[in-house]
Amino acid sequence: MQYKSQAVAKPYFIAAIGLFVGQILFGLILGLQYVLGDFLFPAIPFNVARMVHTNLLIVWLLFGFMGGAYFMIPEESETELFSPKLALAMFWIFLVAGALTIVGYLTVPYATLAAMTGNNLIETMGREFLEQPLPTKLGIVVVALAFLFNLTMTMLKGKKTAISMVLMIGLWGLAVFFLFSFYNPVNVVLDKFFWWWTVHLWVEGVWELILGSFLAFVLIKTTGVDREVIEKWLYVIVTLTLISGIIGTGHHYFWIGTPEYWQWWGSIFSALEPIPFFGMTVFAFNMVNRRRREHPNKAAVLWALGTGVMAFLGAGVWGFLHTLAPVNYYTHGSQITAAHGHMAFYGAYAMVNLMMISYAMPILRGRAANSNKSQVLEMWSFWLMTIAMVFITLFLTAAGILQVWLQRVSDTPLPFMVTQDKISLFYWMREWAGVAFLIGLILYIVSFFVGGEEEKAK
Amino acid sequence: MNRAFFIWGRSIHPVRLLATMQRMSEISPATEQASASSKRLPGDLAIWFFIMAELVAFAVFFSAYAFTRAKHVEMFNLYQQTLDRDLGALNTLLLITGSWFIVLAVQAAHRNDQKAISRNILLGFLCGGGFLAVKVIEYSAKFGAGISMSTNTFYMFYISLTFFHFMHVILGMVILAVLWLQSRKGVYGSHDAHGLESGAAYWHMVDLLWIILFPLVYVMR
Repeated sequence: MQYKSQAVAKPYFIAAIGLFVGQILFGLILGLQYVLGDFLFPAIPFNVARMVHTNLLIVWLLFGFMGGAYFMIPEESETELFSPKLALAMFWIFLVAGALTIVGYLTVPYATLAAMTGNNLIETMGREFLEQPLPTKLGIVVVALAFLFNLTMTMLKGKKTAISMVLMIGLWGLAVFFLFSFYNPVNVVLDKFFWWWTVHLWVEGVWELILGSFLAFVLIKTTGVDREVIEKWLYVIVTLTLISGIIGTGHHYFWIGTPEYWQWWGSIFSALEPIPFFGMTVFAFNMVNRRRREHPNKAAVLWALGTGVMAFLGAGVWGFLHTLAPVNYYTHGSQITAAHGHMAFYGAYAMVNLMMISYAMPILRGRAANSNKSQVLEMWSFWLMTIAMVFITLFLTAAGILQVWLQRVSDTPLPFMVTQDKISLFYWMREWAGVAFLIGLILYIVSFFVGGEEEKAK
Repeated sequence: MNRAFFIWGRSIHPVRLLATMQRMSEISPATEQASASSKRLPGDLAIWFFIMAELVAFAVFFSAYAFTRAKHVEMFNLYQQTLDRDLGALNTLLLITGSWFIVLAVQAAHRNDQKAISRNILLGFLCGGGFLAVKVIEYSAKFGAGISMSTNTFYMFYISLTFFHFMHVILGMVILAVLWLQSRKGVYGSHDAHGLESGAAYWHMVDLLWIILFPLVYVMR
């Protein structure tokens, strides 16, 4: 570790992985509830399990992003973090707020939770992914502002590299677009319209900048390719992301009551969204092929290559599958969406966080890389999780195609629940793939505790 | 360690495409090879990636227009006649002239004529400004008549395509402004015309797009 204060990243990474485990456990519960409707009812109803599953995802990714940024910014700026104490204080605030929120979801009926937490003051609750009670939302804003203040001050007193600038734009964008979660107009069209400004402009906008800069950082460190070359690629990818992603928001505006031209704008621009992801894949492979050194942390390089490919497949290809308005007319809100959501989040954001953790954790623990034994185990976890996710996606896609056919396209369309029964075979297979994914995740954690001879930097 | 390397090493090999990409991405200062090879890529490879992506975006838009028109030929022909072809032609002239000035600026750079570089970039910029002014006159007539993207499919395409292009002219002008400021500092010359050529390539793209857009939307029946 080059700078002492980078150590604040460690608790963030540990919390991220802990919450990731929680997310997957709730994913398995949900998967079972698809086929055994009353599983764990009434203790954990489907809607609550789903909320916990998606909220844990967002929170662990945020923990990962913060940890990654705390690790990267001092090294890029070539100076100690402005305030490590503030960073640690924010860690505990965020963790406690996050934990209390989950406990709230699980122990109190959602409406009671809303009444208890002052939802009548500003009505922000009850919307998918933004279900958090008002105090949690305010907490997120406070934590994000303190985090951004800390990093911005660090950058101001140190070197300003292109990679850290892109990261900071991404993180500031993340905070700014979250503010739309406080805007909840009565008009349902406007509500949905601006809800996407948080949801879409996060994952198909500013988060991609975070992804790109993390990837660029790890590639510089592990391949030894000139910074100038890597930065140039990053610029191209960022520009393509913003061009396609911002107006690409229109692919959510097809059927919510907005003017018809959104069907054109949304289709055309979001059809281009695979391009920056493809660019990222080519970028990662290209840099690794042109590497000038053999970094001892092979596992981190594997994650870097994996995130490019899986983000392209999950976000790019599976997104494109149903992004054109005439197709989306039939597939909207079906299991096709679920298939896309799973692989895109795993490929783009889970994997980039795992890459960052894989690269940074050994360094934070005082070595260039983990032992060969530990890395081999980690690579097993990579393949297990990734292949399991490919199967989850394929099974959900199969379920989705059948669902769309039986329920929407057929001359004699079946009701929703009847269709669900007919596709339950795929839900079972998805559940087993989920179990394999959990095993992969456990192996990932175990790999950190495997000893063996440490790898020295070459 | 060999074993670990093997695991991820194998995963890369099937991607044959990358060898080609790698050759394409040899990012080298163009000027040294400028005289050596007539086949060199003017400007930076990155700007060409960007230009290709822009062209793809417009190509998708143009195809969507063409396919939709094929379904509503009469409606498209009817409303196409309400467009001001004279102003469109004037704009075509402005952009082609603007591109010509930028060509002169690049040529001036290669023979180290500093004054001519700045002057021609400025003239190119002014042509862009002229285009915007003409377009604003055209838009105000249309919007004044109460036409919007929701009026009908033809106008949806007309406004979307021309406005999307309009924004590209603005971006092109921002790039020209940067080039002009740099040229005043004497950055460009036969020793280095890399940045100038990159910006010039983008400006020519803006021009090229209009040359397709104008006949497609204003003229062809």
